[in-house]
Amino acid sequence: MAYVTPESEALPLDAPAEPGALEAEHSSRDVRQRWFLSLPSILIIFFFAAGPLSVMLLYSFLTPGNYSGVKWEFSTDAWSSILMQRDIFDDTLQWADAHLSIFWRSLSLSMITTALTLIFGLPTAWFISTRPPGRRELWLFLMTVPSWTNLLVRTIAVQEMIRAEGVINNVLVFVGIVDEPVQMMFTNFAIGLGMTYVYLPLMVLPIYAAVEKLDKRLLEACYDLYASRWQAFYRVILPLVKPGIIAGSILVFVPCLGAYVVPRVLGGGKNLMFGNLIELQFGAGRNWPLGASLSFTLMVIVMVALIFYIRVTSQERKDG
Amino acid sequence: MQNLRYARQNETVGTTTETGQDGGPNTIMQAQTDVAEPAPMPGDTSNTREIAIDARKISKIYRGEDEVRALDNVSVRIRRNEFFTLLGPSGCGKTTLLRVIAGFEPPTSGQLWLNGKDISRLPPNKRPVNTVFQNYALFPHMSVANNIKFGLEMLGKPKAEINQTVEEMLTLVQMQAMKARRTSEISGGQQQRVALARALAPKPEVLLLDEPLSALDLKLRKEMQMELKRLQHETGITFIFVTHDQEEALTMSDRIAVMSAGKILQIGSPQEIYQRPAERFVANFIGESNFLDARLSGGSVTLKAGGTFPVENPANVADGDVSVLLRPEHAFLSDAEDALPARVETVVYSGEATSMHTRLEQSGEPVKLRLANAPTGSGMPEEGAQVRIGIQPGALSVLKD
Ligand SMILES: Nc1ncnc2c1ncn2[C@@H]1O[C@H](COP(=O)(O)OP(=O)(O)OP(=O)(O)O)[C@@H](O)[C@H]1O
Ligand SMILES: [Mg+2]
Repeated sequence: MAYVTPESEALPLDAPAEPGALEAEHSSRDVRQRWFLSLPSILIIFFFAAGPLSVMLLYSFLTPGNYSGVKWEFSTDAWSSILMQRDIFDDTLQWADAHLSIFWRSLSLSMITTALTLIFGLPTAWFISTRPPGRRELWLFLMTVPSWTNLLVRTIAVQEMIRAEGVINNVLVFVGIVDEPVQMMFTNFAIGLGMTYVYLPLMVLPIYAAVEKLDKRLLEACYDLYASRWQAFYRVILPLVKPGIIAGSILVFVPCLGAYVVPRVLGGGKNLMFGNLIELQFGAGRNWPLGASLSFTLMVIVMVALIFYIRVTSQERKDG
Repeated sequence: MQNLRYARQNETVGTTTETGQDGGPNTIMQAQTDVAEPAPMPGDTSNTREIAIDARKISKIYRGEDEVRALDNVSVRIRRNEFFTLLGPSGCGKTTLLRVIAGFEPPTSGQLWLNGKDISRLPPNKRPVNTVFQNYALFPHMSVANNIKFGLEMLGKPKAEINQTVEEMLTLVQMQAMKARRTSEISGGQQQRVALARALAPKPEVLLLDEPLSALDLKLRKEMQMELKRLQHETGITFIFVTHDQEEALTMSDRIAVMSAGKILQIGSPQEIYQRPAERFVANFIGESNFLDARLSGGSVTLKAGGTFPVENPANVADGDVSVLLRPEHAFLSDAEDALPARVETVVYSGEATSMHTRLEQSGEPVKLRLANAPTGSGMPEEGAQVRIGIQPGALSVLKD
């Protein structure tokens, strides 16, 4: 370097010392910014989720208080009584049939509801997204407008439709299809119907968002390449709107598992679901530790179900 | 439709060039005997047997808030193995014509025949016609190879044949190295080649290409032009190519149809279209033009600017007052007695040639000349100079207005 001028010394080249250095710097800067900006939400999550959860976990290992609350005595009864119960007469351990049937009802009704909202929701989302641009907002508005009212009000609306003197039964009797009103209230059917109605928008909206993004010209490409309508749906539409379907299914399935209002109103006292069982422990049952352990069980079931679901769906994507 | 498709399934890509002559399976030949021979089209001297696409009086009217006549009584016959180009300004109906041929738009009236069969009523997935879409429309969730595979799978071809064809196609468009990539992970030019391979893989009778090169930069576009010509030659498939780039049309096509406002104005070879445009619009759209007023009588014209010249009359315009076309490169500076006196207005040097804008003394009409530059670069008249303009023999051609 015989010809180094004073200027070139004053302005050292700013090139990165080694390959990848700039990229690393860039991404580390990125991460730092993200931490800083998300600090408020991290605090909120900590105080309102992690905090209460820790309290619940603690309670689940204590003994029920005499009237409510807990006694500070360690016990694992709350956990064992989720699945087992002690016979009142001979004191042997037995399966807690009542609990098991509630778990099963929650799980199966949630899955059926998710499937039904998907079956109704996918065509609905497709229909809305194929309307002319000005009309789509109107349809979306109509779709979501019931959600603006209180959940209880909507559930009672379903009740009005299906109860013995309700709209449906009146019509059926009047037309003469049945002689006596059909018993629909206080059945699993009623709960499934109610949840399907209540959670349908949660399925339609994410699918609509995915369908909206889908380039409709891809469909022409499908038909151009000899695909039938079914093949176009199966090979191109479905894989491309799958993120929306997954999001919608999670949004419907999770609140269904923990549903409280709908089974309470439409299922009555006999057809309990998970949410009602938990509520019972904190209320009339006066067994807070069991309520706490049940809440954790519900959380674990949701997590396992989600992990399983996402595993299965992403597996398919790799194959396709 | 099935036998029509499978009649060709044994052919490999390299050997399809003879399909234009062999005429396809018997079913088609029999169907052809029922066909009334349509009147010959302008610029078309072929017989029915060599025709791939035969569009008959096709109109397409979009009824929205106001009616749009996107295609207005379009008739065109496109030969097998032909590289046929639709050329015209934006909104003239090129895409609409392709969409009618592909089956995406039902024509308002008219018929569409393919290899002697009426396909007007066939849905797109039953037509042995594939499209290279302007935006490529590749399936974003599939790899390059799976995109190419798609059409073959839909046709239910056996697995071994599918894999073999996909390999051939990858080789043809030189994309073997990237067959496992997602289509969102390759460049625009590569996407274009994948779109081409995908459309070619099912070995369609006709390939439709809607401005496939418009998104590419100049250098890549030139490369792809050559590649398209090569592919068309190797596969022997009829190409219907849409562009609004006149140079692209002239360099690539066997024949060109110039469209305007839903009508086909002229069909012909690049030479015919360039040298003997039938109409002022065609002349104007392709290349640079001078239009001169003249009186036509018999086989010659008397220019308003003076002088009588023999003239070509491709559109058979009747005797009387007419416009004639003179291409700038067919005029030259001359000392001859019968050359037209003119005054130089501007001189623009552009490397291999010089453009000179002049005004004819007698008629006041502007005339543009394109003069090849001599190696010494001297001898061009100055602005304002008095010159005489000669016209090369056969340069003048009468235009229908
Ligand atoms: N779906 C439609 N509804 C109403 N009018 C349409 C529709 N599609 C096309 N048109 C109109 O039909 C005419 C022809 O359109 P087309 O797309 O065929 O033009 P083009 O020649 O392909 O133009 P470009 O070079 O810009 O692609 C235009 O005036 C266009 O506005
Ligand atoms: Mg177009």
